[in-house]
Order: sequence, then structure tokens, then C-alpha cells
Amino acid sequence: MIKVENLTKRYGSFTAVDSIDFEVQKGEIVGFLGPNGAGKSTTMKMLAGYLPPTSGRAEVAGFDVFSESLRAREHIGYTPENVPLPLDMRVSEYLRYRAALKGVPGRRLRERIIDVLELCGLTDVGRKIIGHLSKGYRQRVGLADSLVHEPDLLILDEPTIGLDPNQIRLIRNLIRNLRRHHTILLSTHILPEVEMLCSRVIIINRGQIEAMDTPQNLRARLGQAGHILFDAVVPEARTAAGVLRKIEGIQTVSHRADGDWTVFTIEATPGHDPRESLYSHAMEQKWRVREISRPPVSLEDVFAEVTSGEEH
Amino acid sequence: MRRFLILTRREIASAFHQPLAYVVLFFFLLVTGFNFHAGVSLLNRSPGSTTMVEAFFNTVYFWFPFVLAFPLVTMRVFSEEAKIGTLETLMTAPVRDIQVVLAKYTGCIFFQITLWAPSLLYFVAFETITGEKATGAAGSYMGAYGMLLLMGFLFTGIGCLASALTNNQIVAAIISFSAILFFFFIGLLSFILPASGGLLRELTYYISPVEHMMDFSRGIVDTRPVVFYLTSSLLLIFVTFHVFQYRRWKS
Repeated sequence: MIKVENLTKRYGSFTAVDSIDFEVQKGEIVGFLGPNGAGKSTTMKMLAGYLPPTSGRAEVAGFDVFSESLRAREHIGYTPENVPLPLDMRVSEYLRYRAALKGVPGRRLRERIIDVLELCGLTDVGRKIIGHLSKGYRQRVGLADSLVHEPDLLILDEPTIGLDPNQIRLIRNLIRNLRRHHTILLSTHILPEVEMLCSRVIIINRGQIEAMDTPQNLRARLGQAGHILFDAVVPEARTAAGVLRKIEGIQTVSHRADGDWTVFTIEATPGHDPRESLYSHAMEQKWRVREISRPPVSLEDVFAEVTSGEEH
Repeated sequence: MRRFLILTRREIASAFHQPLAYVVLFFFLLVTGFNFHAGVSLLNRSPGSTTMVEAFFNTVYFWFPFVLAFPLVTMRVFSEEAKIGTLETLMTAPVRDIQVVLAKYTGCIFFQITLWAPSLLYFVAFETITGEKATGAAGSYMGAYGMLLLMGFLFTGIGCLASALTNNQIVAAIISFSAILFFFFIGLLSFILPASGGLLRELTYYISPVEHMMDFSRGIVDTRPVVFYLTSSLLLIFVTFHVFQYRRWKS
């Protein structure tokens, strides 16, 4: 559905997007992740046909987004960041205008508008003026606009930014329901969102792609080197830590006191899971144990790891 | 063509959706109403000196609101959308840049026609009430209103270009107001310069809207100003199109 080759965008001497390559297949939901200013929005604007690339090319649905821009745009539904909308129009009036502009034939206009209003939960506010709507509703109007011509590809730039938790959940459910009919490229810096929605993640930093994989694989890549929490009552924390360090598969041990309890944070050697040895050791020493756990690596850790750069 | 019509309809609607439109319409009608009154008084004092149509269109009460209206009508067309960001959603729909530019231009032209078209009613009223002719020949209506349209093309072109240059409506209004006034005053030079003024006088006479209006409202239609207004309007639309494209691609 999307094919990007060597796509580059420079503003003067600043390179916003630095020759990136990626592909998105039909039916995927791809999350575009990155810190602010990483080049997410710029890439999306180029894909949507708003900005011309400095070099390289991008194809959507088989059409070059620059040389066959109009054909490509017919297949794209794009919602920019912050969802700009004309504040003087009524919701259904705006959607009608946008649908007609994007080539929905006159006889299907009514039906399409009723459909998207319902799909986006806007039926009640169809007659309202956009300027009088709350942020959450406006976001949904933006989404309805990008859906109204039944595009193959949806490009959503931070669809949940600035919303309250309930509204975020609503939009997420909406996006999840959309995946049956659309390929979706969405950008965000809310990581749980990506884990919940996306089948694949592209992490971009300083204009370059740092990682591209399924959320599971990305997590697994770091999962080997996770921490272990060991919470027990030991006679003397310092000596206990020394003893633990000798167990096979344990690299480093640090500890802190929590009342009578001592919480050890243990770094395991990659490829080892020393939890079982920890347990039998504790039994031998007759330590009272309240927790041995390995918190799952979140995408957040992956993100921090990948985008902080210098650390490796 | 379908997309152009959709865009134009949207432009016309958005021109009438803003309160400023009604403020402009109201004051334009108010001042031209006073202008009409002044014209009638003039004819009362010295009957036969001029016709009603000429007396209406060749006074400062007509020119002042007419020239002032264009910056106010056009200032928002590009700058507002660029500022609130709807240009991005507009330009990612399958529309050509030229369609957008022409639609915005057409929308402004439509609005300025609604601005001055009601002034025809003054002459209808004049003829019904007094039983006199407002002008000697029908050509004088066609000339005067044709000239309004031609000047409208040019001034709207200036306004659209100014609006495409900046994201700030006020800046756009100031640019177009200065440009239109400059053009207008250059035209007035032809009244001050001596008749033997040579090239400069020729030149200022050639572009002077006031001179053109005096001729046209008498029913004397010269093709030179027609060509001048049409070609310079086309040039302005062309430049606006390029500025629009340039600024979008640079953003």
C-alpha cells in the first residue's frame, strides 16, 4: 500500500527526514513512533501529498505521491496533527463538502455522510457548528473527514493528542474497528496505544528509522536483558547481595531497604532466567520471600533504548 | 470542473459566514446611499449639467468605500486558511492548486458583485420616482457596471495576491490597501499634470481608474482599458498561483 524509497526532506541545512525506506502492506496498522521533532509529521505530510520531498520517492496504492499526486490523494484519508477544521461550518455540511471534493458521487453523498457520522459517534452533533464543538468531537470530525471517501489508506497524525482518557479510548476503539477495511499509518508518542493497536512499529529518530518490527519482536529483542525484582527478609543485605551475585546468570545486584524487607534489583545475563535458582537459594537460607518477578519489558523501554542513541 | 465548482461554492459560503461581510455590505450601502442623495441634490441645484449615473460614479463618496472594500473582502482568502491549517486538509484532497486559487478568486469576485449590484436599485428608484431618465443611453449603465467589474477583477487580484503572501490577515489588508491606493493615486496624476505632460501623462491616463470611469459612465467604451484590466488581472492570478505554490512547498 505504501512504498517509500530514500525519502528525504531538507529545510535549508536541517534534514528533517533522512533517506528513509519502508513498506506497508495492505491491511496493516503501522505505528509511527518517535520523539517530538523526529520527522514523523514531515514524513506523513509527504505521503499525503502536501509537501514535496527533497529527494527520493514514495508510492501510495501504486501512484507516486508527487508526480501522480491527485490519483494518490484519492486513495488517502489524512488527518493532520491538531485537526484543523473550518469553524464556521456545520458538521454534516463540512463532511458533505469534503466528500464531494474528494470525488464521492452525488447520489452516494447522503449515505456516506450518515455512515461516517454514525461510525464516528457524531450523529447527535451533525447539525452543530464545528466551532462550538469540544476537542474530542473535533478530533472525531477530522477522522470522519478522512474516512468519508472510503480511502484505502488512512494517515493519522497523532489522532489522540490532547484528549481526555475516555475520549482516547473512544478514538482507539474507532481505529481498531477501522482496520477491517483500511490500511492505517498512525503516529503517536503514546506507547501503550501502539501496543494496543498496531501490527507493526516504525521507530524514527532524528529523521532516520531506528527500528521497524512487530511490537512483540521489539520487546523480545530487549526482553533478554530485563531486570528481576527479588523482595525478601535477609539478615544482612550487603552480604546477601554478595551471595546472590555468585548465582549463575546474575550479573549485577543492587538493593534498597523497605522496612524489614530488602528489595534487590537483579540484572540477569542475557539468555538466562535465574529466578528458579533464586528461589531455591532463598529456601536454603530460609529467607522469607514476598516477590520474585520479572516485569515485562514495555515498548516504552524499547523506545527509550532506541531513541536515546549514545547509550550503546 | 466539478471540483472547481464545489470549491467556489465553499468560498462564497465562507465569505458570507463571517460577520465582517455584513459590516462591509452595510457601510458600503450606507455610504453609496449618501452618495446617491448627494447626486440627486446636485441635479436639483443644476439640472441638465450631468446625468444621474455620472453623478453617482464619479464622486469621492463612491470611490472611497469602493476602494476600501477590496482589502477587507480579500484579506482572509488565503491567509486565514494558512493560519488555522485548513490549507493542509484542503491541499491533501485531490484538488489542483490552480483550482483552489481560481475558486478563491471567483469567490471574491462574487462577493464584490453582491456589494455593488444593489446600487442599480438607486437608478430604478430614481427613474420611477422622478420620471426622468437616469442617463442618456443604456450604454452608460453597461459602461459603468462593466468598469466596476473590470476594476473588481484587478483589485481582487491585488487582494488575493496580498493574502497569499502572508498568514496574517491584517498584514494582507495593509499590503493590498496600499497597493490599490498607490494605483489609484497614480491615476489621479493625470488630472494634475499639464495636458502637454508627454509620456508620463499618457501613462497615468492609461491606467487611471478615475478617468476610465468618467468615460465609461458616459457610455464611451474604450477597449484599451478593457485589455489593461483583463491582462493585469490575469497576471496577478498567475503570480498568486505561484506564490501560493511556493509558500506551500516551503512550509
